[in-house]
Amino acid sequence: MSKENEQEIELLTVHSRTDVEQVFRYSAGRYLNRFLVEMRDNARIMGVKCPKCGIVYAPPKEICDPCYAEMTEPVEVGPEGTIRNFTILRAPFVDPETGQAKPVPYAFGNVELDGAGSLIQNFLLTDDDSKIKVGARVKIEFHEERTGNMRDIKGFRLID
Amino acid sequence: MGKRAAIIGTGQTYCKSIRRDVNGQELINEAVTRALEDAELTIDDIDGVVIGNMDHFEGINYVDCWSIDGSGGFMKPTMKLCTGGTTGTTLGIGGYHMVASGMFEKLLVIGWEKNSESDTTGAIVTATDPILDRGVMAGALAGLAIEASEYAAAYGATSKDAARVSVRDRKHACNNPYAHLRKEVTIEEVLNSPVISDPLRLLDMCPRTDGACAVIYASEEVAEKICPQPAWVVKTANRHCYSRFADIKGQTSMLSLTTAAKELWAKTGIKEPLKEIDVVEMYQPYSWGGLIWFEDMGFCKKGEGPKYIWDGVTDMGGECPVNPSGGVISTNPIGATGLIRCAEVAHQIMGKAGDRQVPDVELALATGFGGCFWSDMILYSKNKPA
Ligand SMILES: [Zn+2]
Repeated sequence: MSKENEQEIELLTVHSRTDVEQVFRYSAGRYLNRFLVEMRDNARIMGVKCPKCGIVYAPPKEICDPCYAEMTEPVEVGPEGTIRNFTILRAPFVDPETGQAKPVPYAFGNVELDGAGSLIQNFLLTDDDSKIKVGARVKIEFHEERTGNMRDIKGFRLID
Repeated sequence: MGKRAAIIGTGQTYCKSIRRDVNGQELINEAVTRALEDAELTIDDIDGVVIGNMDHFEGINYVDCWSIDGSGGFMKPTMKLCTGGTTGTTLGIGGYHMVASGMFEKLLVIGWEKNSESDTTGAIVTATDPILDRGVMAGALAGLAIEASEYAAAYGATSKDAARVSVRDRKHACNNPYAHLRKEVTIEEVLNSPVISDPLRLLDMCPRTDGACAVIYASEEVAEKICPQPAWVVKTANRHCYSRFADIKGQTSMLSLTTAAKELWAKTGIKEPLKEIDVVEMYQPYSWGGLIWFEDMGFCKKGEGPKYIWDGVTDMGGECPVNPSGGVISTNPIGATGLIRCAEVAHQIMGKAGDRQVPDVELALATGFGGCFWSDMILYSKNKPA
């Protein structure tokens, strides 16, 4: 096909259907299952401690990556913690979980809960965005109605 | 150890936000045709094909089969390698491994992306943990923004320091006919562009690009016979880290990159990368990476990145030019982007880089960056390795 022809013919993009849903069903696994149940029933964050290096992972998982060790000791962490990094997302995009536009702007960050050695990411809640800083203190907030899902966490509220 | 192997030809497509004039297969064919021309070979000379992209971007899962029309892989051994953002450099490393194994003589390696065909950020979110990370995560953009927030807090680097990196790359892109954004920007323009994810502004970030790249690797038995100046692979290094974004702690430096760099310099005996490496093509999709990751590879000390950038050390004509092509900030067809780094440094070594040629290139570095902060590095040389 010559370049000349491209000028004459309308160039089409063919859209896939957007009115169909494909739902995935993910097994939480032994470690996250306990974490999600504790969050739903007791509104608390349960981590797990590495027997080799002592780091507490919250959310928990089976293996400490650097040690490649199986973790067995449950440890409660939080509810307060420290912001380690953050952003305020302003660019619009489509949430693949819902197919809907994400409601921007929103602040989110990774928080090191007291007693944990890993981070947990969620929304940062405040009336004053200028208070959001690396090192700022926060407290976890849960929704009243909880279903055993990360969405049970409302976010981390900035505290003075 | 494997046999020696070299890039003997490369091909890139012209890049735009939407290459509406071609579909994916036709885009791939454009790069393959140019690579074969560059190597003065025909598809009959090729004994294997490796191809990769971000398969969730186009929603085509058997890209190795689907792309056969464009790749020329009909009735040839063909496979795909897809590792997210690092796909292109994984192709560069994997292709090298296949030829170095002695099992392939002339291997065609292809990276491509029709980034325009879906929502980039939404697609990247599907690369994160489905239970833990998708509720708030916002693709590469937010992942990079949080890295910048932590680095800035630790070292006091500013948005203005980062803007200088965008100014460099966009200026360099004007020399590259294959670059997507070929218009210079000023510090003021970067700082006045809209904030898209604090502290990142629009002009701190790469664009979304449709484009493809192909390179041809040849084995040591044939490379010098069919190519006047092969670009030899010296050594490669790559590192992956945790699978969860939130487990990546301490983002004042990238663990995977510092570890890969240490390995690469140890394997090659390089003591002072800044002095010894002649040109670098970094997979640096945002301006702050030009500070943080340049430090992490050991080109300067931690926290000194801004000084080196302002002094022009990495500009064309500087001691160690970075991204003569204009880099990823100017052009980012993601599955092709890492392989473009390899193709660009190969042409630097071959003396074929046109207006973006750095003089007397003997050692050239290509890097890859991907998803959950993992890193690839490939060192190429003008001289056949011992
Ligand atoms: Zn451990």
